[in-house]
Amino acid sequence: MSNMISLENITFKYPGTEKEVLKNISISIKEGEWTAIVGHNGSGKSTLAKLMNGLYFPEQGTVTIAGIQLNEDTVWDTRRHIGMVFQNPDNQFVGTTVQDDVAFGLENHGIPQDIMVERVQTALKQVKMDDFLNQEPHHLSGGQKQRVAMASVLALRPDIIILDEATSMLDPAGRAEVIELVRELKREEDMTVLSITHDLEEAAKADRIIVMNQGEVYREGTPEDIFAMGQELVDLGLDLPFPLKMAHVLTEKGIPLKQNTLTEEELVNELWTSFLSK
Amino acid sequence: MMEKMIFGRYIPADSIAHRMDPRAKLIFVFAFIAIIFIANDVWGYVIAAAFTYISVKMSGLSLRFLISGLKPVMILIAFTFLLQLFFAREGNVVLDLGFIQVYEEGIRQAFFISMRFTLLVFMTSLLTLTTTPISITDGLESLLNPLKKIKFPAHELALMMSIALRFIPTLMDETDKIMKAQMARGSDMSSGPLKDRIKAIVPLMIPLFVNAFKRAEDLATAMEVRGYRGGEGRTKYRLLFWKARDTFALLSLVLLAGALAAFRFWI
Repeated sequence: MSNMISLENITFKYPGTEKEVLKNISISIKEGEWTAIVGHNGSGKSTLAKLMNGLYFPEQGTVTIAGIQLNEDTVWDTRRHIGMVFQNPDNQFVGTTVQDDVAFGLENHGIPQDIMVERVQTALKQVKMDDFLNQEPHHLSGGQKQRVAMASVLALRPDIIILDEATSMLDPAGRAEVIELVRELKREEDMTVLSITHDLEEAAKADRIIVMNQGEVYREGTPEDIFAMGQELVDLGLDLPFPLKMAHVLTEKGIPLKQNTLTEEELVNELWTSFLSK
Repeated sequence: MMEKMIFGRYIPADSIAHRMDPRAKLIFVFAFIAIIFIANDVWGYVIAAAFTYISVKMSGLSLRFLISGLKPVMILIAFTFLLQLFFAREGNVVLDLGFIQVYEEGIRQAFFISMRFTLLVFMTSLLTLTTTPISITDGLESLLNPLKKIKFPAHELALMMSIALRFIPTLMDETDKIMKAQMARGSDMSSGPLKDRIKAIVPLMIPLFVNAFKRAEDLATAMEVRGYRGGEGRTKYRLLFWKARDTFALLSLVLLAGALAAFRFWI
């Protein structure tokens, strides 16, 4: 499979500052893959997303999106390949109603009106918000607003979706809604997903995790590999998912569990079978 | 009182006025504002009032609902009435209270001006009551479109208006939240002398402004990411349809103007 996004030797400073936010970073993301980038606040993970979308340009190194090298001339072409969902559900809702918001991106791309109506419908159906066409944003929950944001992205038919802390302002129910939706979309549409998060529970659902620290790639691997780091992750300022924490505490108390328990189900299975293997 | 206030609100319903093209409604209201100034005698105002009454009927809203909703505006109208009554000094003195005199012309002016004011408030309220803010914005953009030739930013203006409208409830919620947060910290906003109360607004406004700017920045990023590069090459999701009833509505205005002019100049 080909690379959807590839970053080569990226170094970046914010204009007017001295500190290097990103230091010599190389990452590649394959088509159809769900990658999570985790790291504590200030690790440079959000800056990375902004570089991929040409909101900033790197000082050194190259960004290639779907085979197009990103620079000031190609920025609008590469943006067609990427859809982004941001952190604050309110601040990315441009339209006065749900359907206007989904149509906003289509209007920008000059899509004819009859096709627009159809695409707005389909996109809202995909996120199960098609009953809310004329609803105004302040009558929606955070999770619903993020789903509309996803629909706005889907209507543009991108190849890549970047979730930039998209679930961090939601309540647990809203968070689960959005993550479930991403999983469905990935399965049905074969999209490339990049989620930037500090929630390891969200990251656990990805195919691959990249851990960032101090502007550098600290570790890269499958969720199992990454969670095997245990205490090291906590030292990096990340919060372990509950089943993992539970397993660690149990191990400390003298009840060793054999495998890494990433989900609650795995933990429960491990617990109720642990006496059998004694 | 605020719940009953209908000035600037939209009331959903299915009526001829609701179904009219927002462009027609905008032209209608602005033309009416100009035409009403032709009337300068009793008959002129009777005709204009009858015309307004028919317009209200077309909107499917009850006259009583409109009157009760516009009560706060009525206070302003009553004030104008009194101002005209006492300060216009022409014609014979009708009433002499010693310290103040009421003149014939004063009574005439007071009645006419408050009547004109009332009709204007009714008509403009009808516009907002029967048209969603977003339709008004669409209509305005479409009407101002020809001005793009002289570099008038019609699209930008319409987009600004629609974003402002979209963020009103969001910022209201935020104000409420900040107010509660400041109250929890012991700030007192609802009592004490006026000077203190004004001072208490400062810690409310500053976080609100800071947050509004942050929101604006986020919004700009989100818009850019979704491919917004200005009005050029954009298509519209909402279409406007000019129907026969829109033309008839404007024709009725021509009739009104003709009738009022006839009374003013020939009869």
